Amino acid sequence: MNADTAEILKIVSDWKDSFCGAYSIRENGKGIERRSTEHVHIEPKKDRPGLDITVDDGTKGETMYIPACVTHGGVDDLVYNDFHIGDGVDVTIVAGCGVHTENGESARHNGIHRFFIGNGSRVRYEEKHIGLGGNGRRSIDPVTEVILGHDSVMEMDSVQIRGVTSTHRTTRATVGDGSSFIVHERILTALDERAVTDFVVDMNGTGSSVDLVSRSVARDESHQSFHSVIRGNARCTGHSECDAIITEKGTVSATPQLDANDIDASLIHEAAIGRIAGEQLLKLCTLGLTEEEAEERIIQGFLR
Amino acid sequence: MLELKDICWSTPQGREVLSGISLSIRESGLIVMTGPNGGGKTTLAKIIAGIEKPDSGRILLDGEDITGLSVTERARRGISYAFQQPVRFKGLTVRDLLCLASGRELSETEICALLSKVGLCARDYEDRDVDASLSGGEIKRIEIATVLARGSRISIFDEPEAGIDLWSFSGLIEAFEEIRKSRRGIEIIISHQERILSVADRIIVIEDGRVKEDGGRDAVLSHLLSLSRCPSCPSRREEA
Repeated sequence: MNADTAEILKIVSDWKDSFCGAYSIRENGKGIERRSTEHVHIEPKKDRPGLDITVDDGTKGETMYIPACVTHGGVDDLVYNDFHIGDGVDVTIVAGCGVHTENGESARHNGIHRFFIGNGSRVRYEEKHIGLGGNGRRSIDPVTEVILGHDSVMEMDSVQIRGVTSTHRTTRATVGDGSSFIVHERILTALDERAVTDFVVDMNGTGSSVDLVSRSVARDESHQSFHSVIRGNARCTGHSECDAIITEKGTVSATPQLDANDIDASLIHEAAIGRIAGEQLLKLCTLGLTEEEAEERIIQGFLR
Repeated sequence: MLELKDICWSTPQGREVLSGISLSIRESGLIVMTGPNGGGKTTLAKIIAGIEKPDSGRILLDGEDITGLSVTERARRGISYAFQQPVRFKGLTVRDLLCLASGRELSETEICALLSKVGLCARDYEDRDVDASLSGGEIKRIEIATVLARGSRISIFDEPEAGIDLWSFSGLIEAFEEIRKSRRGIEIIISHQERILSVADRIIVIEDGRVKEDGGRDAVLSHLLSLSRCPSCPSRREEA
């Protein structure tokens, strides 16, 4: 692996010169290292770029790493990773992505991740994105599709740390009986970066739920657009929350949509967009921080 | 030492709130500022902290003119201010705020000591966000803890009892009694509560933008009580 890959791995997937557990590292469109464990099987797809990751029934406490790195311009990487999660599983999947450009050429990573989650399972999915380097557009366009069986939980924790020129994030989920889909998304954009995030969740199962919390900070002249559709097609509870801080000339547009298609569907949306409250800055200034330090600290906490 | 010299301040609409306040606070101890609502106490506290700037007059800290200094610069010189209505943050935890206040990472034991002073258990609170999930009483106590965490030479508490339930109130009095015993610096409390007045070393009555009375607790308190009405009673202002 090259030095940029190592740097990206440290940031997006807690790389400490090695991974403990199953993993696959993708660099500039090619798998460069891969390891399966007794209960987590990682195999390359035969018909297209990507992996089939199979987690055996009853696997508990394992963490697997599926990071992707693009380290120079002129790369347009497209990968299909399918996660087949058995029954009674409790695992963590870390799938970060970093794109590094230097010479003015564009680079892009487009990861299409599908999760087929069995019954009584719990999956925590962590996704960190970062853009590094100098000139050149850096794009990350993830697609996440989730199908949850019954009595399962998928917790998706995604962060765009910085430096991504353009992102279009698509998430689709279908939630079965007694299952929950939990999303915690944080996106930071600056300069003239653009971010679009687009969720569609169908709660088809009785007693299913979704909790979608999105926090964004749009600085400089960046723009973010949040769109969510939550459909309650059975007795279910749905909650979405979109909070955004704008600074300088940043702009944010939020269009949440709730569709109650069942008399017992209970759906809530909350949204708040605006600049940092003056009194928040003032409070931190009374603790000895400068206004700039206070703003940084508030944003840092907000996106945690 | 803190000195206020002939401080005047009017609202942007032109209503005069402070009409030439001069005060000198030389010794460490617990000072309670009291008086009718609208009399100018909070404005005066904000002027000391730098949140408001006086129209005229000067503020001296150990002889240095700090009138033109920002909130941050005054905080760094040892002035702390506990807001009457504490600010809420999405994403900052109680621990974050206490560490920011003290200017360093605090140990578990230190967080626990600070929170227990305001009657909260660290285990239940340190990782909680200082957001809308906290009750009025809880956030008020955390606000006081942030000022205690700073260990400043001058700490100002703006109506610490406001919004605090009766049970918490006893704890609050104990906290201020303890502060008084430890005599670290100058503590200025804005309050209407007789029980807070009764632990003061010095009481200053601010009314109609002026210092109405200023003296030791016993003298001022007995005079206030002899008026047999609450110092914050609005009828007094009408009569005046």
